[in-house]
Amino acid sequence: MSSSASKRRNLLAVCATLLTGSLLAQSSSTHSADSTSLNMDAVYERPFLQNAEAGGGNNQRKLALGGYLEMNATYGAEDGLTEGLSLQARRLTLFSSARLARNITFLSEIEFEDGGHEINIEFAAVDVALNPAFNIRAGVILNPIGTFNQNHDGPNWEFIERPDVSVNLLPATWSNAGVGVFGKFHKGKVTWGYEAYLTNGFDDRIIDNVHGRTFLPASKENDERFEQSSNGRPLFTGKLSMRHHPWGEIGLSYMGGIYNNYTPDGLALDVPRRVHVAAVDLQKTIRKTGTTLVGEAVIILVDVPETYTQQYGSKQRGAFLDVVQPVVEREIGAWPHAVVLVAARIDWVDWNVGTFNETGEDIGDGLWAITPAVSLRPTAQTVFRLNYRYQWQTDILNNPAALTATWMLGLSTYF
Amino acid sequence: MPLSLRTSLALLTLAATVMACSKTLPPAPEENSLLDGPIEGLSAADQARFLRGDEAFGEIFTSTSGLGPLFVAAQCASCHPGDGKGSPFVRFTRFGQADTTGNTYLAQGGPQLQHKALPGYSPEVLPAGATSTDLIAPAVTGLGYLDAVSDADLIALADPQDLDGDGISGRPHFNRIPDYAQLRPESVELNGMYICRIGKKGAAYDLLHQTAEAYNQDMGVTSIFSPIDPLSGLEQDPEVTMQTINDVVGYLKTLKAPIQRNPEKAEVIAGGEIFGEIGCDGCHTPVLQTGSSPIVQLDHVEFYPYSDLLLHDMGPGLDDGYTEGYATTAEWRTPPLWGLGLSRDAQGGSYFLLHDGRALSIEQAIEMHEGEGQQSADAFEALSGADQDLLIEFLESL
Ligand code: HEC
Ligand code: HEC
Repeated sequence: MSSSASKRRNLLAVCATLLTGSLLAQSSSTHSADSTSLNMDAVYERPFLQNAEAGGGNNQRKLALGGYLEMNATYGAEDGLTEGLSLQARRLTLFSSARLARNITFLSEIEFEDGGHEINIEFAAVDVALNPAFNIRAGVILNPIGTFNQNHDGPNWEFIERPDVSVNLLPATWSNAGVGVFGKFHKGKVTWGYEAYLTNGFDDRIIDNVHGRTFLPASKENDERFEQSSNGRPLFTGKLSMRHHPWGEIGLSYMGGIYNNYTPDGLALDVPRRVHVAAVDLQKTIRKTGTTLVGEAVIILVDVPETYTQQYGSKQRGAFLDVVQPVVEREIGAWPHAVVLVAARIDWVDWNVGTFNETGEDIGDGLWAITPAVSLRPTAQTVFRLNYRYQWQTDILNNPAALTATWMLGLSTYF
Repeated sequence: MPLSLRTSLALLTLAATVMACSKTLPPAPEENSLLDGPIEGLSAADQARFLRGDEAFGEIFTSTSGLGPLFVAAQCASCHPGDGKGSPFVRFTRFGQADTTGNTYLAQGGPQLQHKALPGYSPEVLPAGATSTDLIAPAVTGLGYLDAVSDADLIALADPQDLDGDGISGRPHFNRIPDYAQLRPESVELNGMYICRIGKKGAAYDLLHQTAEAYNQDMGVTSIFSPIDPLSGLEQDPEVTMQTINDVVGYLKTLKAPIQRNPEKAEVIAGGEIFGEIGCDGCHTPVLQTGSSPIVQLDHVEFYPYSDLLLHDMGPGLDDGYTEGYATTAEWRTPPLWGLGLSRDAQGGSYFLLHDGRALSIEQAIEMHEGEGQQSADAFEALSGADQDLLIEFLESL
């Protein structure tokens, strides 16, 4: 059989699967937590929704409310200088969802950070479920780059701090006004998922900010992004995920577009400049030992004006990897299914990849951190965490690293 | 069965003990290994000003807070990291001409070349015919002491005609000063000019003068002291407040002097003696005295900068054809050598010495001394290898 004929056959098989998939699809629900659920399903797998569904009956117009709370104590020191002990009520996040009509669901996530100091609509979108393989989403959308952005609820993690690559390289929980499509389909042991959105994009802040470095999260400070694009050019974000049962999940995501406001009010100030972000993420549980690995690696390319480099780098990289191991699973006190876990995270961020034009030496501006952790989960939805984080951070010139160590003890729980 | 009270308390105590254990936290580096930090014993008011100034020194400017449109860097501390020397990465260029008739390129963007620009703007280019020099940032430690030396002391150190015949003829830099400069007590005037001492050519009168110009020329940030925008040439509203500038000046004044490491070590003591024997101390004066200062810690005290704050002709090799004020093209103010051994911790691990960072080691820096410095450079060459090592060890202890 010629190879082109075999390709055609494969294509046919995929189409057939899609078609049967769509015919068999349960129209009442687009998602369910099982071995085929992907990282992208995180918004549908929150306990409050599961509870609402378990409530049964006619879910039509049923409003569900939930959320999570995170608080902790922290004690740390940088190069021997300590700020003492701080108690932090980091975030309170409220979820709500409503089934508006058959196949139409509204989901939202509103976050109050630092005691209400910062209030963000992280997600507020309407999903129209046409078919498991094809759904439409519109509203305030989380750009699905990497793994953490989509699945960022505190109680899901054994670590109090969010991964550096997700917070300080990518804009964590960066949401935007936008519209797009998503869906999934299965073939054998493999579930495929895709997402594709057009949203408002980045702005000049990513290279003109108080961080003194190329910093995509600086765009979170742009409140106008929900109402107006910074330059009238949408940002594309796309993600392709594959979950193999029982192997685990791999995701590839890309986000890119023009970031600068090159023609304010029609005045040609600059040439259009692009930012490209690519991420690969992984999630795997080793069945024999119960060990879970979660990680992502990111590369960012930014067209920085010649007259603005090299303080503001044009290339950035970073990654994190979590290893989580349950060690005790039994009744502890009043909790029949309590679990004690040990875990470790490695964080790595390089905000400025390259060498100095002037000296040929390596450009610094990077960070490494390691965080061992112990946590206790009285139930799956609540976690008490003890973390110790040790961090090495170098300035742009690669001068001796600033050493920071932090103890954190905290609680994170869904409600 | 709920967790017993005993178990719960034990767990909490364990967590608290581990967290409080200082062994798990990184130790403070030795005080003498750092350049930043305040002079000991400052009053609460001076300390508060130090902290405000420290913060302002670290402020990163953006287009919205006043950066540019033309600039060299966005933050004082990016050129003076950890209050130490800068690297060639943040080196800047000043331009003008070879004679001391005053910079004729001021209308063409002089004296400093802003080679960076906000997106949408074109950075400056060197005008045709201008001569120029490249400068890397010096450490800013101990400046309060240098600032407080009396004019009379500097005049006493000077020997413009080389009357003592040692081949060294330092002179103070008499230059015009800005209207806002506050004269030092008992300052000496000469034809409307005053002794300036700050900057590589000693062209700035005091720390306020240097700071206001740094905001303006290094970052494109205008102030009431220096209100002209480098791009438009027009006077602008202040982008940094007078209060902030005063805080930064207060901060610079109260930064501690670098602390010598291993002063008791035999090799360091021997190297210090060689330093005097071969005439390095003819310009790098080990001990100076401050005059009167409203800050008690700076009032009439001895300190060890290894500089005379005077201009010296350093010969053709270090002559970049650029004048500043009345300093000729080959003249440079003796840089203090205190903190020299810590330079690399601010310069990314390598030495970049002399005004433009051209010397990649202390030896190279000494070998490049010509003019008034020739004799002592020759004397260094003539030393045995072992004695050279002792001298270097001494210099690195500073
Ligand atoms: C672009 C790099 C750069 C920036 C930004 C910068 N400086 Fe400097 N600084 C230099 C250089 C280079 C010199 C030497 C210039 C000279 O001789 O006048 C210098 C000299 C100085 C001096 C004189 C030190 C001495 O020993 O005489 C002081 C004080 C100073 N800077 C303070 C500041 C302050 C305050 C700021 C922020 C408002 C600042 N600098 C921003 C590069 C920089
Ligand atoms: C005639 C005065 C003079 C004498 C004598 C002299 N120096 Fe210097 N020295 C200077 C000047 C001026 C500079 C700055 C030149 C420049 O930046 O281009 C300098 C720069 C240096 C530097 C580099 C400092 C820096 O921060 O970049 C070192 C190190 C140094 N001298 C050491 C010595 C030693 C050691 C001797 C004795 C062998 C010596 N000097 C003798 C005037 C002198």
